[in-house]
Parts: sequence; structure tokens; C-alpha cells
Amino acid sequence: MQDQENTKDGLVSNRSVDIVVALILAGIGVLVIVDSLRLGAGWAEDGPQSGYFPFYIGLAIILASFGTIAVTLFGRNRTRGIFVERGQLLHVLKVLIPTVIFVALVGFIGIYVASAFFIGGSMRWLGKFRWRIVVAVSVAVPFALFLLFEIWFLVPLPKGPLEDFLGY
Amino acid sequence: MDALSSLIDGFGVLGDPMNIMYMFIGITLGVLIGVLPGLGGANGVAILLPLTFSMSPTSAIIMLSCIYWGALFGGAITSILFNIPGEPWSVATTFDGYPMAQQGRAGEALTGAFTSSFFGALIAVVILTFLAPLVADFALEFGPAELFAVQLLTFCSFVGMGKEPPFKIIASMMFGFALAAVGQDPTTGQLRMTFGWYELLRGFDFLIAVIGLFGIGEILLTMEEGLAFKGKTAKINPRIVLQTWAKLPKYWVTALRGSIVGCWMGITPGGATPASFMSYGLAKRMSKRGPNFGKGELEGVVAPETAAHAAGTSALLPMLTLGIPGSPTAAVLLGGLLIWGLQPGPLLFIEQPEFVWGLIASMYIGNVAGLIVVLTTVPLFAAILRIPFSIIAPVIVVICAVGAYTVNNALLDMSFMLVFGVIGYVFKKMNYPLAPLVLALVLGDMAESNFRNAMILSDGSLSIFWSNGLVGSICGLALVMLLWPVFSAGLRRLRGTTSQLPAQ
Repeated sequence: MQDQENTKDGLVSNRSVDIVVALILAGIGVLVIVDSLRLGAGWAEDGPQSGYFPFYIGLAIILASFGTIAVTLFGRNRTRGIFVERGQLLHVLKVLIPTVIFVALVGFIGIYVASAFFIGGSMRWLGKFRWRIVVAVSVAVPFALFLLFEIWFLVPLPKGPLEDFLGY
Repeated sequence: MDALSSLIDGFGVLGDPMNIMYMFIGITLGVLIGVLPGLGGANGVAILLPLTFSMSPTSAIIMLSCIYWGALFGGAITSILFNIPGEPWSVATTFDGYPMAQQGRAGEALTGAFTSSFFGALIAVVILTFLAPLVADFALEFGPAELFAVQLLTFCSFVGMGKEPPFKIIASMMFGFALAAVGQDPTTGQLRMTFGWYELLRGFDFLIAVIGLFGIGEILLTMEEGLAFKGKTAKINPRIVLQTWAKLPKYWVTALRGSIVGCWMGITPGGATPASFMSYGLAKRMSKRGPNFGKGELEGVVAPETAAHAAGTSALLPMLTLGIPGSPTAAVLLGGLLIWGLQPGPLLFIEQPEFVWGLIASMYIGNVAGLIVVLTTVPLFAAILRIPFSIIAPVIVVICAVGAYTVNNALLDMSFMLVFGVIGYVFKKMNYPLAPLVLALVLGDMAESNFRNAMILSDGSLSIFWSNGLVGSICGLALVMLLWPVFSAGLRRLRGTTSQLPAQ
């Protein structure tokens, strides 16, 4: 990719991400164990208690995570390289952030209107399309979805004020 | 010859024209899904699953499995024309497929890829037809200990055969089990790991996880490479197809080897992706045209494609007979069966013969239909890939969100999907495999209840897992698989050679 040549500085190393991910997983393992112990990880009169199986799952997560950390720090094939370059991260965020906003909006204005804004916004902002094309695509796609789900398959999707106003 | 007469009954199920129509719809949707980045076999089927709840299970599974075949075919198109694997299992297809396209032999590469996919699938379906009833018969005798042992073997095989670091495979798998345990304990009814959060009562739906991990995660990964798609044009006409078909028979050894590798890796849950790499590596080492591999050798397309498609198809064998899916997509199909009220496993062959044999018969016809559809529509799908990614990406995200919502009609699921998307992105980048996570999430409750039932039978003694020859040897094999990375590292050190596997 040509345009990334000048932004090829790494943000975080693979090694630190490796350790952070392993620590998070180990933390989840601890949570699992704590909750299993709360429920009882032993043997009741009628068989194993609720925490019996998850307890060992939690234990295995913790052991595997420490294994990963050990390999990362001391192993022969230590993790090298960078996790993400600045340019790459920007590209990823350009999709991730609008997606988060889209999902947040669905609850308020319904999925059809939210996806029209989302598709239109991405086309205009990332693709630099002319407004005419932007409007055409961002209206056509939600409309096609509407036909497919509400009319043909009779699967209701989240709707908002616009659909109320149109009486649907 | 029971299998043959059952198969003929199965073809009778396909006499229903609606089923044939669903088949073609499924194949076309599948190719589309296989071509688009971020929509793959697993999450494509997951998204469309809720739409099939109103159909009869037989029609639904025919359509969904045809989506799967279509996706297997479709992955090759992007690999060859764009050097972008549409699916993980078509990565190995890019090695020789894209150089062929650069040399203007795209039509030859595509025909070769589709035909070998078809060949691999056909071998796998034949094996499935005759092996599945035997396995199902055999598995009828299984008790909880045996069932758990087979599940143990499944999960240990991931460790033994995966190319990711073993600790990461285990961590990813156990994370899946932990997620599966969230919610109400099916045996005692107690709430586990909900931490007072009412919405978690239902637990994590694996369909949401699949859509997030494979869909959103893949979109984020694709975004990293920027927005440009630069593809070769595909000219495919009957003359090229016939010329390529005339060349293919001389690669029969490679094709047969690829199919066998694929069937083996599909039945044991190695999956289509390692199968395609293994078949490519073997062909490169064993063929006399090996040195040309990587420069545009048709045989280098035949090898991974036969293996990937054979693995994808044979992954349904353990799913149907034992209730253990051999791949993430098979796991999603299994989830579908459970939702339709069909319990996969040996009894399915006795209680629902029409369903099972209808499905198997549809695999034969579905792959013929698939071959015809892809050979005739390649230019169309290549044109879809020329739509700029700034349109494709948000549309796919919207489709994923709709799919996530329709699973349970819950808005919160969309947020879970996003979280799984980020997890999928980070896991992919850090070389954590996603397939064991998904399979653990699907099989978690089942594995746990088998384990508990076995424990109840033995009064809490683990010795039940080596109480008879059968369960003992399955468990033994599982342990070998689990410890395989240790063995192979030791062997390598003894020989003093470094890893011979091609770096990926």
C-alpha cells in the first residue's frame, strides 16, 4: 500500500499486546473460578455442583495464559514485530467508530434510518463519492432490507420515529 | 447396500421443486458470501439462519448447506483474481492462482479451482455416504463417558493439529467454554457468571459470537490493508473450460491426495484451512512440477482446492453422526439443527432418515449445481468485487447487525457482536485461533452435561474414562493429540532440524 509508506511507525509491539491479552484472559479465568467457588465446585448429594466443570475451565485459562506469557518473554520463538501501524490503526478506526455510533443509534432511530446514515456517511467520508450517488445507495440499501425483512420474511427489525410517522 | 437404497430415498426428497429452488438460491448466496470480505461460510450461515425458522428443517438445511458449498467455491474467485483470499481456506490458492491470473490465465486457474473443488467434495460425499451410517451405528452404543471422550478428542485435536501456538489454542478454547457456561446451568438451574446482569441469563449465543468474530473482525482486518481492490479481469468461456478440463486428468494423483488429506482433516476437526496448506505442501514436495509451484502452476491450484472442499464437506460427517462439528460452519449448522428441534447424533439416522438422507443427496446435486453456477457467473461476481470497499464495508456491517439482531430480537446482541468483532480482530492478529472458541461455545453445554453424567455414573471417579477399551483408547488418543506439540518439538530437537512447515 503506497500511501502507508510514510506512516509506517508502529504504535505498540506485538509482545506487549501478547502479554496484555494473556493477562486479560487470565483475569477472566480468575472471574470464572471465583464464581464457580461461589456456586460450589465440589460434589453435592445428587452429583457435581454447578461450579464443578467451570472451575477447571477457569484453571485451564489461567495456566494457558501464563504459558503464553512465558513463551512471549523467554521462548525461543519470542514474539516480535509491531501489532499495528499508525496508518493501519487509522483505517481500522475509520470503520470501527462509525460502527459503534451506528449500533448506538439503532435503539433510538431504528435500524433503517441508522443504516442509511451509516452507509451514506461512510461513502461520503471514506469513499468521497458525489452526493447524488451517496443518497441513492444509502436510501436503496435500507429500502431493500425493509422489503426483504418486514414484507417477505415477516421478521420485524428495530424501528424508530420515521417508521411511526409513516404509519408502519 | 443399505446406504445406497437410503440415498435413493434421499434423492426422492429432492424431487420437491421447492427444494431444488432453495438449493440454487443457497449456492448463489453462498458464492456471494464467499466473494465478499467479512462474510464467510460460518457467519453467512449464522446471519441467514433466523430466516429459515419458518421453513421445514429439510428445506432449511439444504439451503444452508448449499450456502456453505457456495462459499467454498466463492473463496477461490477472490484468491485468483484479486490475490485476496475470500476465505481462510483459499489462502493457499493464491500462491499459484494469482500468478496464473497475472499471466492472463485467470480462466484456466478458475476452471481448475472449481473443478478440483467439485472433485474433492464428490470424494468426500461418497465417503460420507458409506461411512456415516457405520459411524452412527457404532456410536449408538456410546454412553456419556464415550461421548465426552470423543468431545475431548475433538478439542485435543485442535491442539495437536493447529498451527497456532498450543497455549493460545488452549486459551481460546477455554475462553469459549467459559462463555458457554454463562447463564443458567442446564442441570441445576442456578445462574452462573451473570454477576447480577439480567441480560446474561440467556448466556452468550454462539451465532452472535460467530457474526462478530468472523464478520466484524474480518472487516476490521481488511480495513487495515486500506480500501483498494485491484483485480485481474476474468475471461471464462466454454473453450477455456474444455481446454482446462483436458489438462486436469494428469493431476489425478494430486487431486486424490488432496481429497484424502481433506477428508481426514475434515472428519478430525483439523478443518479446511490446515488441510489446504498441508495438501499444497505435500504436492509441492512430491510432484515433479514442484519447483514451478508459486509461479503459476495449475497443479498448485488443484492441491489446496481439492483438500479445502473435501474437508469442508466431510466436516459434516462427525456433525451428523456424533453431534460434533468438524468446522465452525458445521458448528453453525449444528446450532440450526438444535433450534429446529433435531438432536444431531446417531439417533438422527434412525429417527429422521428423510432429513439425513435428503441432506446427503443434496450434497451430490448441490455440488453439481455449484459447479454450473460458478462457471457461468464468475464475471458477475468479479464485477461485485469492483464495488469500492467504502460501500461494501458499511453494507456488510449493516447485514451483520441485522443478523445479530434477528437471532433473539435483542438490541443488546448488536453490542455483543461489536465486542466479539474487536475480540476477533485482536485474536486474529495475535494468532489465537477462532475455530476452537466457536466450537467450545457450541459444544460447551453438551460436553459439560456428558462429563457430569459420566461423573454421576462413576461417583466422581475419573477412572470411568479408562474403564473399557473403547473409551480408554479414545482418551489415550486425545492425550496424544494434546501432547503432540511436545512430542514434535522433542523429535525436531533430536533430528536437529528446524520446522519444515512452510511459513505462513
